[in-house]
Amino acid sequence: MDKQQRDIGAQDSPVLVSVEDLKKYFPIQRGLFRRTVGYVKAVDGVSFFINEGETLGLVGESGCGKTTTGRLILRAMEPTEGHIFYRQHDRMIDLAGVPSGQMKSLRREMQIIFQDPFSSLNPRMTVMDIISEPLEIHNVAQGQQLKDHVCELLEAVGLKAQHMNRYPYAFSGGQRQRIGIARALALRPRLIIADEPVSALDVSVQAQVLNLLEDLKHKFGLTYLFIAHDLSVVEHISDRVAVMYLGTVVELASSDDLYMNPGHPYTEALLSAVPRSDPDQPSNRILLSGDIPSPANPPPGCKFHPRCPYAQDICSHQAPEWYEISPKHWVVCHFAGQLDLSGIAFQ
Amino acid sequence: MNTLHNRSEELFQIYEAYADAHGMVEETEGAEDIAERRRLESIYAASQWQLIWRKFTRNRVALVGGVIVIIYYVVALLAQFFAPYTLSTRFIEYIYLPPQRVHFFHDGKFEPYVYGIELEIDENLRKIYTTNPEKIVPVEFMVRGEPYELFGIFKTDVHLFGSSEGAVSLLGTDRQGRDMFSRVLYGSQISLTIGLLGVLMSLTFGSVLGVVSGYYGGWIDDLIQRMIELVRSFPAIPLWMALSAAVPATWPPLRTYFVVTLILSVIGWTWLARQLRGKVLALRNDDYILAAKLAGAGDGRIIFKHLIPATFSHIIVVATLAMPSMILAETALSFLGLGLRPPITSWGVLLKEAQNLQSIALYPWVFTPALAIAIVILAFNFLGDGLRDASDPYTV
Repeated sequence: MDKQQRDIGAQDSPVLVSVEDLKKYFPIQRGLFRRTVGYVKAVDGVSFFINEGETLGLVGESGCGKTTTGRLILRAMEPTEGHIFYRQHDRMIDLAGVPSGQMKSLRREMQIIFQDPFSSLNPRMTVMDIISEPLEIHNVAQGQQLKDHVCELLEAVGLKAQHMNRYPYAFSGGQRQRIGIARALALRPRLIIADEPVSALDVSVQAQVLNLLEDLKHKFGLTYLFIAHDLSVVEHISDRVAVMYLGTVVELASSDDLYMNPGHPYTEALLSAVPRSDPDQPSNRILLSGDIPSPANPPPGCKFHPRCPYAQDICSHQAPEWYEISPKHWVVCHFAGQLDLSGIAFQ
Repeated sequence: MNTLHNRSEELFQIYEAYADAHGMVEETEGAEDIAERRRLESIYAASQWQLIWRKFTRNRVALVGGVIVIIYYVVALLAQFFAPYTLSTRFIEYIYLPPQRVHFFHDGKFEPYVYGIELEIDENLRKIYTTNPEKIVPVEFMVRGEPYELFGIFKTDVHLFGSSEGAVSLLGTDRQGRDMFSRVLYGSQISLTIGLLGVLMSLTFGSVLGVVSGYYGGWIDDLIQRMIELVRSFPAIPLWMALSAAVPATWPPLRTYFVVTLILSVIGWTWLARQLRGKVLALRNDDYILAAKLAGAGDGRIIFKHLIPATFSHIIVVATLAMPSMILAETALSFLGLGLRPPITSWGVLLKEAQNLQSIALYPWVFTPALAIAIVILAFNFLGDGLRDASDPYTV
């Protein structure tokens, strides 16, 4: 899914980020001399694209490489292989090839919102210092101007400007997350990687923060890569959803399409695990057998085959290709479009 | 999602009511709440150091320890003024004079005095000092005595106390008839500053190497850690012996003093480097460090704005707790005759002079430097304990 897909994306709005065959292998080192005995393939050939102004949800179970993918796009770590194309001034730049010394100007354009609202704010800095740090680094504003800037940001995320002299411990989890969002917005980025931004919050606060993220998206013209494991949260906020399993994307579709007509057996299993609000509705829970395989030693062929209820011979020795089962709905499965899989319908 | 949304609305209302009741989130309205709001705001906007101070002052033992340490340093700084005599003042007629008892009231008035001393020699030719209640030696304050230079600049001859009519020796005299109290005060100048200097040097090596080791990792980390292991695998006392044997005996006292400090910190820094490395390893992966990196911050900014402030409270605690071992190490070194030598007077040097059976049996007061050491070390330990408990105000 390289050229063709980007062209299709371009029909709606231009592609902002296109990730192609991205890989990140972490070496496993043993002994006194740090001999490399193998690799953890945290991200093993991920491809997807994000159009400008849309929200792409990235879902998958713990350890499937969602967070690593997000951090690779931000170049918080060096990719082992692959490309991250990013559109700047109508040119596609390969972020994977930019030397780290030249990343600073690009960092203004992409920011991150963290999962843990506690470790993401320095407890020794005031809210003012936390939010103004990016502005100082890039010399955006000084003195009173800087203060005004921070006040605006605090109000944009629903906090009071007079709270800027407080330290993070004076705030609740949801409020801390708002401070983190204000910091991410400080440099007016185009792309925001939201790394499970609501999964550490309780349900009441989750809805508030999600609504805030939607408002900000329109107000500041943002593009989100929204990483999550909670499918109901992703459904609420995403235009399209990519499903990851063991370091690769297995399905990519618009969120309505994906939830109602899943094309990959793994997506079906994930959807069946979403809790239903109606206790009388019969649940058709698909229980996957076995554990998620180790990313240091992934199974051959289709990585999902040891746990797949529909697996055939071919799955165990041949890796499947991308199939477009309906317009803009891609599935990585030998039997794409042939299986009768059940989805769920949100209201 | 609708059901989720309805539930969240409901929960949000409950949450707001709770927050209102506790004055947590929304500012509460009403005149009587203003004082309460101010109080809370002062807590919310309190910096790390303000929080540490709040917590520290609640610990009485630590506070007492801190006060004692401060008193020690003030006295050491002004030792010439507080001591009635100088290092070389000798009372030839009073060798090994026992401590004199000070009487504070005379004829119902506050007029401190000591009794005069009579010397007798018994049939075994042993010196026996007896007090003569007839003769009263008044203790005078701000008395003019032997001249000295305060801080090496101001020439003066005023001492806190003393007597123009005879000897006042609170802790007795040594084998040359020198006043022990004055010598302990002079000794504190060397012993307390050698600890301070040694700790400062250890801190400089240790914090820089520790933070660098933890932050950069990789081969830099390996190199520094193996170096620490090498230094620490030498037994301390033979290493000190070897190093101090290399110091020429002809060197001036001041140079010997600095070299001894250096020898002590050669081993001392490894402790701090190890601890800070561990701390930085934990902090390095905190999200706020990544946030700073992704905002474009360089290594310098991350180390000095985020990592060092985060380890600063830890550094202070380690420094305070390292002081006693530095002071003890100097004492041990000088006691063994490897460190400082007379005419430099430190507590270790004073104790070395008391290093014989005769002193223990007949003149126990020459051991008073040990008491001075014990008190200051206890005080440092209490202070360090209190600082450690207070240093992380973000945990309960």
